[in-house]
Amino acid sequence: MSLELQARAEALGQTLPPLLAEAEMLAATVMLGEHGRRRAGLGDEFWQYRPAHQGDSARMIDWRRSARSDAHFVREREWQAAQSVTLWVDPSRSMQFASTKMPTKSDRARLIALALAVLLLRGGERVGLAGLALPRSGRSQIVRLAARLAGEVDAAEYGAPLAEGMVSHGRAVFVSDFLGDLAGVETALARASDRGVRGALLQVLDPAEEEFPFDGRTIFESMGGTLRHETQKAGELRDRYLARLAERKDRLATLARAVGWHYSTHHTASPAQVPLLWLYQALERGR
Amino acid sequence: MFTLGPLGFLSPWLLWGLIALPVLWILLRAVPPAPIRRRFPGVALLLGLRDDDAETDKTPWWLLLLRMLAVAAVIIGFAGPILNPEQKPAGSGPLLVVLDGGWADARDWARRVERAGTILQEAGRDGRTVAVIRLTDTPQEVEFQTADAWAGRVAAMQPQPWAPRHLEDWAEKLPAESFDTVWLSDGLVHDGREALAAVFQDKGALSVIESPRPLLALRPAGFKDGKVVVRASRLPAGDPVEVEVVGRGPDPAGITRELARTTISFAAGMTEAEAVMDMPPELRNRVVRFEIEGLRNAGAVSLTDDSLKRRKVALIGPGAAQEGLQLLSPTHYLRQALTPVADLIEGSVTDAVLAGPDVVILADVARLAPAEETALEDWVSKGGLLLRFAGPRMAASDVSRAQEDPLMPVRLREGGRTVGGAMSWGEPKKLAPFPETSPFFGLHIPDDVQVNEQILAQPDPDLAERTIAALEDGTPLVTRKALGEGSVVLVHVTANAEWSSLPLSGLFVQMLERLAVSTRPATPEAADLDGQVWVPETVLDVWGEEQDAGKIAGVEGGVLAKAIAEGPGPDQPPGLYAGQDRRVAVNVLGAEIELKAAVWPADVPVEGLAAAPERSLKGGFLTAALSFLLLDILAALFVAGRLTGFGRAAAALALAVFALGAAPGGAAFAQETAPTAAPEGPKPGDDFAIQATSAVVLAHVLTGDATVDDMAQAGLRGLGDRLWERTAIEPAEPMAVDIEKDELAFFPFLYWPVTASMPTPSDAAYQKLNQYLRTGGMILFDTRDADVSAFGGSTPESDALQRIASGLDIPALEQIPGDHVLTRSFYLIQEFPGRYSQGSLWVEAAPADAAAEEGVPFRNLNDGVTPVVIGGNDWASAWATDENGVAMLPVGRGFAGERQREISYRFGINLIMHVLTGNYKSDQVHVPALLERLGQ
Repeated sequence: MSLELQARAEALGQTLPPLLAEAEMLAATVMLGEHGRRRAGLGDEFWQYRPAHQGDSARMIDWRRSARSDAHFVREREWQAAQSVTLWVDPSRSMQFASTKMPTKSDRARLIALALAVLLLRGGERVGLAGLALPRSGRSQIVRLAARLAGEVDAAEYGAPLAEGMVSHGRAVFVSDFLGDLAGVETALARASDRGVRGALLQVLDPAEEEFPFDGRTIFESMGGTLRHETQKAGELRDRYLARLAERKDRLATLARAVGWHYSTHHTASPAQVPLLWLYQALERGR
Repeated sequence: MFTLGPLGFLSPWLLWGLIALPVLWILLRAVPPAPIRRRFPGVALLLGLRDDDAETDKTPWWLLLLRMLAVAAVIIGFAGPILNPEQKPAGSGPLLVVLDGGWADARDWARRVERAGTILQEAGRDGRTVAVIRLTDTPQEVEFQTADAWAGRVAAMQPQPWAPRHLEDWAEKLPAESFDTVWLSDGLVHDGREALAAVFQDKGALSVIESPRPLLALRPAGFKDGKVVVRASRLPAGDPVEVEVVGRGPDPAGITRELARTTISFAAGMTEAEAVMDMPPELRNRVVRFEIEGLRNAGAVSLTDDSLKRRKVALIGPGAAQEGLQLLSPTHYLRQALTPVADLIEGSVTDAVLAGPDVVILADVARLAPAEETALEDWVSKGGLLLRFAGPRMAASDVSRAQEDPLMPVRLREGGRTVGGAMSWGEPKKLAPFPETSPFFGLHIPDDVQVNEQILAQPDPDLAERTIAALEDGTPLVTRKALGEGSVVLVHVTANAEWSSLPLSGLFVQMLERLAVSTRPATPEAADLDGQVWVPETVLDVWGEEQDAGKIAGVEGGVLAKAIAEGPGPDQPPGLYAGQDRRVAVNVLGAEIELKAAVWPADVPVEGLAAAPERSLKGGFLTAALSFLLLDILAALFVAGRLTGFGRAAAALALAVFALGAAPGGAAFAQETAPTAAPEGPKPGDDFAIQATSAVVLAHVLTGDATVDDMAQAGLRGLGDRLWERTAIEPAEPMAVDIEKDELAFFPFLYWPVTASMPTPSDAAYQKLNQYLRTGGMILFDTRDADVSAFGGSTPESDALQRIASGLDIPALEQIPGDHVLTRSFYLIQEFPGRYSQGSLWVEAAPADAAAEEGVPFRNLNDGVTPVVIGGNDWASAWATDENGVAMLPVGRGFAGERQREISYRFGINLIMHVLTGNYKSDQVHVPALLERLGQ
């Protein structure tokens, strides 16, 4: 047992730095600035000088500025408030799928999530993992998130988003293939909207799932082996499969729109920057 | 062994396995192809989807058929199939193999020998003793030996160029014990064949092998109406056939060539056919042999002899044409005798001699003019034959009286002699038998030939020697003497019936023939040949080739006549036999010999020559089975849907390769399922085209002079560098172009340094060049001679330019005008120096109506690019730079020289700009007008 644990820990230690490094590299491709609140408040950045009112303590007066005129001025800083962003990356087995020469969906989803976390943390937000880590800010949170993400494997065939751990009026990001039952997604979205949480759904799909390049007599099995479907001519199912997939995407988009979320699809064959940027902007927009 | 038509099986019980095929069919049909298992998360979306048709859970019929074929091929293959199995019962006892070995066997001798070899092999396997005889040999004792002993001898046997004869003689030489016989017959009736066959049948079983190949033979050529007639025979008479007959002989240079050719058409069912060849006498006399083209067989060759040669005979009678009865004319009988067999020339002696006759006959001509005499004497001493007849005129003259005339064989006594006339004693004289030395020896003398009058010869010492025919009383009738290479013959009687009845008899014609004055009709009779020994000159071998006769002994005339009539034999091989003055041909097939097909007794089995060899088909069937199984792999993959993308392409390629290279059995299937062909590969010229079109490429024409070519290359490189530095044109490394081979269309500009030694382009190259010029290409011709030729002189290069340009489609040229667009297409220049600066430049002439617009310093010129620019300033040398960009050749002196080089570069840049932008700079003239219009 301890041996297995050790082995897994070592494997984790090996995978963690690359995942982290990759995520950092990915995050570095996005330029960002601190997002101020556009009003005076607690913060680091200078916002404005205002004449001192009654009640302002002498400590608050900016003497340097006041010396240049007759009145007293108080130096105000811009209010900077951190957001709580909760990430949920589908840990189910269906995410382990990868067609030839492609990264698994799980890999890609974790990479995007972690890169997003790096970006957000660098921007001063608090980032947490649904059900795994509470939202916190700071550099150390990155390492923690990376460790949690890498360790997370679920036995379920298809995952459903966890709504717990979401901070009210925070942000949430669900990364999954959304191939399972959509009821779980609906529930999660409903609870999220109840709490005023808004965010984005990112559907990560393998090219094979998008194109269905199969033919001939085939038995399709789910990743866990619990679901199976046998066909004589897989090629003839293609159109109907694609129709169902389109229908599902449409439904996801409708769901997302209904609660003010954003929805996008990402294929593991395309670069990861695109969904990262999209996610970042989607979070910005939702603010 | 179990046989099925031409197929036999070594282990036929294996064929029962074929019964299992239908069972296998049902089994295979019930078992669908194995499914592929795939992990696929999208299965959640697939749940509940149904297949449209469920048929494919059974194997498709064609795949089943393929597998059935494979299994059937395996079963049949292991059953040991054999094509043409040998089923003959093995014989026992000695075996006699009889070969005809005559000329008719030559048509397929190799197959006969092969067949005989097969028979010997079989006999050897059965342990039988064997003897082989060739019927054209003289009969000899037949000894049975082992087959091995005979095998080598049979392989070395050759047929003989005559037919076997007297076959019954062989019967005595046969051994007493009984034996079986295989007779490889040539299919012809031979003398004594039936008797010998009967003897063989008495001794044991006789089987006959005959070739079904038709036999073609050529008979001796003859004359009909002055034209050569060639006749051919064939056996058996079948469908219409045409054969080409070729006459060969020496040409004037003595080399044997084809001189004439004709086609002989056999009508259906006919064995004989003939064709008429109309040849001029000169050609005809040279023909040595006729042969059927394409046949190597002595029977297909007929040699020609004197019978085909028509001599040119000049017949000259006494002076003026006499009025009187034709029968009394001195030349009447001669003409009658000679007209069918010779070409007659009549006229004066000098005219006749000029025509080059073989023989000149003077009938009762006594006196000849001195000029005629000299001409005749010259002609005779060069090999001519002068035949003179006596007559009243000669008797009355004193020709050769006191002294022997060179043109007379003997001296004559005055007057003549009349014997047996009304006024004389004695009977008319008859001819004495011809002496052995006489050319007439052997001719039969008819009784009714009588001589009434004659002229007499002086009894000179050599009279007896010169006499070749005499009367009973010994007076000479015909005398002859040699003169130079020719001879002079005098007949002491007239050529008409006045003095003797000789001209009325057949003897007269025969005598003329023996004197080689006339030639005999087609077939010589025994009498014609009798009394002489005929020595073979050339003999024919069985393949129809003429061989030197060597030391074959001569033949008596009678024997030869028999050989001609009945066909040649071992002692009289076919060939050309020479007598004293004549030559006679003995051909394999005489004019009268009939070709008859042999008929064998009903109980003798007759089979063809072709023995189909046993062939084991096991390998073929197993290969086919393997091919089917390989195809099945691809087909199964296809059916199971595992043949995708790259795999599909690879399979198609494999199928294509398989279809090309596989056994014929597999090919049909491969083609059925191979949907696509292999993609096209790159072509040989592609590299050149890609290199030429990947960028702007300046090109120069290869002149064949390495120095000039290198300089042109360097010059274009230097110009390209300047273009790259100063303009938007960024040319790639210049290329060399061979105008004969390379495509020109890729290049906007060709620099053509003209060398004196450059060959004129071929027609195809001119076509290409003109197409190039017409479609917008430009060639800069550079004579590199400082344009010396402009002052009326010429240099080798300018001559070469004229020579080369004469085939080019070049418009009218003029010296470059000051307002030509070349002067301003990039730089403003007014001169165009290269290494030389004096020369002028020639470009396409401006249209006559070109005029300058108001306020514009240029005429509106050159709606297009001049196709050629011609000059002699050696631009390439001025432009040339080495790899490092350093100028290779000095130009001018000092700074002025460098200035000249700079101007020369500017000219080059202007030129390339002009090539690439056309009349753009000319159109700039209109810019103010355009701007003005826009402003409105």
